Amino acid sequence: MFEPKNLYRQIKYDLLFRKLATSMGALVIFLVVATFFTLVYESWPAIKAFGLRFLWNTTWDPVSLEFGALPFLVGTLITSFLALLIATPFALAGAIFLGELAPPKIANPVSFVMELLAGIPSVIYGLWALFYLVPLVRAFELKIGAPPYGLGLFTASLVLAIMILPYALSVARDVIKLVPQDLKEAAYGLGATRWETIRHIVLPYARSGILAGIVLALGRALGETMAVTMVIGNRSAMPQSIWDLANTMASVIANEFTEATEDVHLAALVEIGLLLFVITVVVNLVARIFIVKTKVR
Amino acid sequence: MNHAYPARERWRRFKNRFILAAITVLALIPALPLFLILFQLFHKGISSLSLDFFIHLPAPPGESGGGIANAIVGTFIIVGLATLIGVPISILAGIYLSEYGKDTKFAEAVRVCADVLQGVPSIVIGIVAYAWVVRPMGHFSALSGSVALALMMIPVVVRTTEEVLRLVPDILREASLALGVPYWRTVLKVVLPTGMVGVTTGILIAVARIAGETAPLLFTAFGNQFMTLNPLEPMNALPLVIFNYATSPYEDWWQQAWGASIVLVLMVLGLNILSRLLARRIAGER
Repeated sequence: MFEPKNLYRQIKYDLLFRKLATSMGALVIFLVVATFFTLVYESWPAIKAFGLRFLWNTTWDPVSLEFGALPFLVGTLITSFLALLIATPFALAGAIFLGELAPPKIANPVSFVMELLAGIPSVIYGLWALFYLVPLVRAFELKIGAPPYGLGLFTASLVLAIMILPYALSVARDVIKLVPQDLKEAAYGLGATRWETIRHIVLPYARSGILAGIVLALGRALGETMAVTMVIGNRSAMPQSIWDLANTMASVIANEFTEATEDVHLAALVEIGLLLFVITVVVNLVARIFIVKTKVR
Repeated sequence: MNHAYPARERWRRFKNRFILAAITVLALIPALPLFLILFQLFHKGISSLSLDFFIHLPAPPGESGGGIANAIVGTFIIVGLATLIGVPISILAGIYLSEYGKDTKFAEAVRVCADVLQGVPSIVIGIVAYAWVVRPMGHFSALSGSVALALMMIPVVVRTTEEVLRLVPDILREASLALGVPYWRTVLKVVLPTGMVGVTTGILIAVARIAGETAPLLFTAFGNQFMTLNPLEPMNALPLVIFNYATSPYEDWWQQAWGASIVLVLMVLGLNILSRLLARRIAGER
């Protein structure tokens, strides 16, 4: 080992290995940058042809080759936020229940099962929704006098809500568990009830972590493709109500990408992908800021 | 007892009980659809599981019978290839973060990019793999699907590798270095083996995550009615079968979609449970 020749060789290997590991780290950065520029490059014909008008043009017509993304932007925003609106109260209640109320004997197995269910592939949520949720929604629509498609924005939001719930819940539960015991005991010592302790100590302390969970769930909802594609009805016009058939940014790409024969049609689809990429990156960075905030405290 | 307290205290106690009960009820409601999905999946799909289903190729549309042998084989090939591409890159990048980069600005940038990559919607990953592999090759292929899945796998394995290696005590590194072992060998022979169970857990979680992905395969692996083992050709996969059959107009194919879903769910749940058991083993060792 200590012969100079061998030593030099080991130093060389050391440097080589360090370079190899560092370059793989650099590759991760490169992949993100390359993804962005690939999307820009591939969508260039559409960017050139439609400019900023692409963002607020409501016409999407592959026959006359006029493309605007607004119907899909609206579809994605409505389904994601409606899903968030439906899921958040349940996620919050579930997080308080599992993180604070339930004894470990119940909380641990329930958390375990929930995390397993969160791993079910989205195409299976789509299959289930198509055959079980759609008829239910159709019956409901008949009752309230809405057009009884069964498919549409509302159904897609429901599936999304079911899918993102475990995510928001488990992040929120983890932060709630991190609230220091002595803070809670101090509140009890002052005579606070359990709910008052949760309301005034636990929730404020865990606030940014809970927000991070909700924002992460939003990021997932924005990009979710398969389950939404299967139940949203795939109609590329501006939705007029939440019972309408529609398309989200992800679902229109999934539906039309392999059928696009014109270059500008393909480029327009990639541009939607680019918009989706930018939106989700921003959302995830915001979630990251909240998480960093939690750790600092 | 209660009458001993003034009204305000009674109200506080009532509010406490009422809200806690409401939270418990609200918390139990979301369990309902999740269990319904599992129940109905097995209820619907169990009847299509037979030996034929596993060893036969799909029947032509409209004809009954046929199986999903090519999709099962395809899923294994596509996911296996993605693992082969993704894991070495991820482990080396994880080693960089924990052993070399540490708290430098560059390492922080790598971490942020891994998080960003993890958040990129799978359909967008599909577009990228299409531009990088399908377009230059001129046709769809299993390989392009594997590239897409590897891209989704990398951030997960990078971050778990880093976290696990950071937990390896410095004493071990110092002991090895004191014996005259060079750092690169210390990393490969001491640090990595110590964290191997954790790294394996990360890989299993990542594989479970990508095995059910459909969107990135739509315009990469594309699907194929026939059996193929050649990764340069279009190939079928379980998620593609489920999607294509579920949205087809044939009742027979819907039935097969349920059967394929059971196979896929069992695979994914199995991987997840395995990774939990391993994770528990690490926790037990500590």
